[in-house]
Amino acid sequence: MPSDFEGPMIRVSDLVTHYGDRRILNHVNLDFPTGETMVILGGSGTGKSTLLRHIMRLESPTSGQILIRGHDICPMSEDQFNQIRRKIGMLFQSAALFNSMTIEENVALPLRELTQLEDSTIRIMTRIKLDLVGLNGFENYMPSQLSGGMKKRAGLARALAMDPEILLFDEPSAGLDPITAAGIDSLILKLKLAFRMTIVVVTHELASAFMIADRITVMDRGEVIATGTPEEIRNSQHPRVLQFLNRIPEGDQVDAQEYLRSLTEN
Amino acid sequence: MTVQVRKLDKISIIDCSGDVDLYSSPRLREALMAEIKTNGPSVLVNMSGVAYIDSSGIATLVEGLQHSRQTKTQFGLFGLRPNARSVLELARLHKVFTIFDAEAEALEKIGSVKPFDGV
Repeated sequence: MPSDFEGPMIRVSDLVTHYGDRRILNHVNLDFPTGETMVILGGSGTGKSTLLRHIMRLESPTSGQILIRGHDICPMSEDQFNQIRRKIGMLFQSAALFNSMTIEENVALPLRELTQLEDSTIRIMTRIKLDLVGLNGFENYMPSQLSGGMKKRAGLARALAMDPEILLFDEPSAGLDPITAAGIDSLILKLKLAFRMTIVVVTHELASAFMIADRITVMDRGEVIATGTPEEIRNSQHPRVLQFLNRIPEGDQVDAQEYLRSLTEN
Repeated sequence: MTVQVRKLDKISIIDCSGDVDLYSSPRLREALMAEIKTNGPSVLVNMSGVAYIDSSGIATLVEGLQHSRQTKTQFGLFGLRPNARSVLELARLHKVFTIFDAEAEALEKIGSVKPFDGV
């Protein structure tokens, strides 16, 4: 991480967002300390991926601020945000590789498009990243020739291409078998120790969260219900945190009149 | 990032300081390629002022090493701060380069390093 910034790398301040009339994020306040790994835990539909998409500015909030390195990205022009975006790497659930390009071309693409580096420098950088994720020797493979776990690794190499200060993971182990998923977790740990990047991981995998996190935030129904060290979260007495950690399914808590109204309302 | 070259008898020292990143490393590359030449002096990169180096900086040093092999030039690094060293280690390149702790040691020993050492 470059040497010129102090303070939280990302600060989310009073963030509210809606899809149509439905409120998805409800006054979210959260600091992501520089150089730490924050895991955002929560069940499906709790707003955690939405929060991540806001940090990448793939979506705009109804109100609130998202500060990256102290600058609010929400009102920025596209050009201004592009300067910030270069410092952010993201691994999407689908790995999002270009199928018509080799793995090496996929990883090199952002460097070719966005920097003035010589091709020879880019080639070495690309191979360093592929080696880092355990894909040394797979440079000339096409994405369709790789397994799901290897595609994820290739996606990670591409997310790392520009040496980002911030690395975002959306459900990194989704769709992977437990052993491959554990491999991705170890890779995140390795990156965290080596680069001191600010890492944000959205997941619902408990074991993974407690393995890689410096801090854990638990989200529920669009709100942050707990944030702290893994130890603090493990000892939380918040009923919804307990429910999530102990994997207790949602009870049948629907109010009868409310249910009737939902069936009959125009 | 700043890059300055000092010439001592048969050694060129490239003093590099600041952040070596995607945007500044081409200038380091330029200095390396200019100094590493056939029948030229030994080349040392002084990394003691480098606060941050990313993979473009590391790749640039690898290019310097590659070029030094082609030209049979002695090439070494010195004064690496812990974070620069850990990035080299992560890329598994710390054993590939000839690395000295400090300038005095580098000046004393670079003459006896075989141009192919460590590669």
